[in-house]
Amino acid sequence: MVRQCEHCGERRQALRRPKTGHKVCRECFFQLLEDEVHETITQNQLFKKGERVAMAASGGKDSTVLAHILSELNTRHDYGLDLFLLSIDEGISGYRDDSLETVKRNEVQYGIPLKVLSYKELYGWTMDEIVKEIGRKNNCTFCGVFRRQALDRGAALMKADKMATGHNADDMAETILLNLLRGDIARLSRCTAIMTGEEGALPRCKPFKYTYEKEIVMYAYFKKLDYFSTECIYSPNAYRGYARDFIKDLEAIRPRAIVDIIKSGEDFRISSTARMPVQGVCSRCGYISSQKLCKACVLLDGLNRGLPRLGISRTRGIKSTNGVADIDEKSAVAGAVGNGFSKKLSLEF
Amino acid sequence: GGLELLFGSVKCHEVELDSNEITVEKLLVWIRENLLKERQEMFLKGKSVRPGVLVLINDYDWELMGHLEAPIKDKDSVVFISTLHGG
Repeated sequence: MVRQCEHCGERRQALRRPKTGHKVCRECFFQLLEDEVHETITQNQLFKKGERVAMAASGGKDSTVLAHILSELNTRHDYGLDLFLLSIDEGISGYRDDSLETVKRNEVQYGIPLKVLSYKELYGWTMDEIVKEIGRKNNCTFCGVFRRQALDRGAALMKADKMATGHNADDMAETILLNLLRGDIARLSRCTAIMTGEEGALPRCKPFKYTYEKEIVMYAYFKKLDYFSTECIYSPNAYRGYARDFIKDLEAIRPRAIVDIIKSGEDFRISSTARMPVQGVCSRCGYISSQKLCKACVLLDGLNRGLPRLGISRTRGIKSTNGVADIDEKSAVAGAVGNGFSKKLSLEF
Repeated sequence: GGLELLFGSVKCHEVELDSNEITVEKLLVWIRENLLKERQEMFLKGKSVRPGVLVLINDYDWELMGHLEAPIKDKDSVVFISTLHGG
């Protein structure tokens, strides 16, 4: 049975919005989604006029739609932002090289300049080389840690004031669940913040925090936006996959579960007796860290010294909070001196 | 959304089914038996698609038409989009 849009009453219903259950036509869907993202941006004061903003772009669905919507809203509502695309090449053949082609097309399509930074130039290792060294487990640990730093370095190089990422509501719900499952209280307390990093590091925000993944994909499909869509070849073993499957099953039964999980996450209060790490800086590269050495330095050191488990597994008999024992840290610091890593890029954090 | 990799990397398939009145449910059974080349669990779960796969009939959300019971007529186009990948 054909029904009219519940918003405008004129055009035919095209989809059912998961967050609200509303059945709306295509045009109303575009408008509602764009308005909601605008609401999220203004209510949470994500941007200030004149800011230079790096949009983390991978060529995937979220970052492509982010680039499209943010540049659209920037014009429509006069945010006055200086936008550019920032992409990281992790060196994953057959995955990243293809998706980078998509970002290069985005650069042309949206008229936004693009900067690409690679793991190879930053760290001396591609993900392909890393996986060859460490095997198929814990790949996402390396990649995630390195990419986070790579984005910060890239944004600093390009003199950005802020970064925007395409993390969506589904991602947010997965992360909350993931941290819960792992007992990672520190991350649990931070992960729902819509903007992070104002304490010294480059602030990064998530305009899509309340936007459902289904809607991002439908938006891209109906608007015929060009994006790359294959699973990273190294990801099937990632723990996040379990959280994702669970969230997807939940969404099928009760779509509101996703925003409700986010709400729960936002309202968690950490017990005052929980041991929380204190933020400092890495003694080697100056990046923010709660340990003497930041995770990237530890992982990289492990790679360069042929100790792929450094920073991944706990050493027996020695107390540690982060899977990195004190003794390992000392030897890592000692080994760092002659290693040349600190010469890579002379950026202060 | 990358699903074509399960179907011999062919994105668009023109198919002919034996009956005139089919639902999405029946179509999925047919696909499983005739088209799905590998890794069934990436596309199907139980009687339906794997959660995270969107279904459109003539570019309309199948959730508007009864999910698995949604009817499919002659010359209709059915699109499956996977959301299960990096963004």
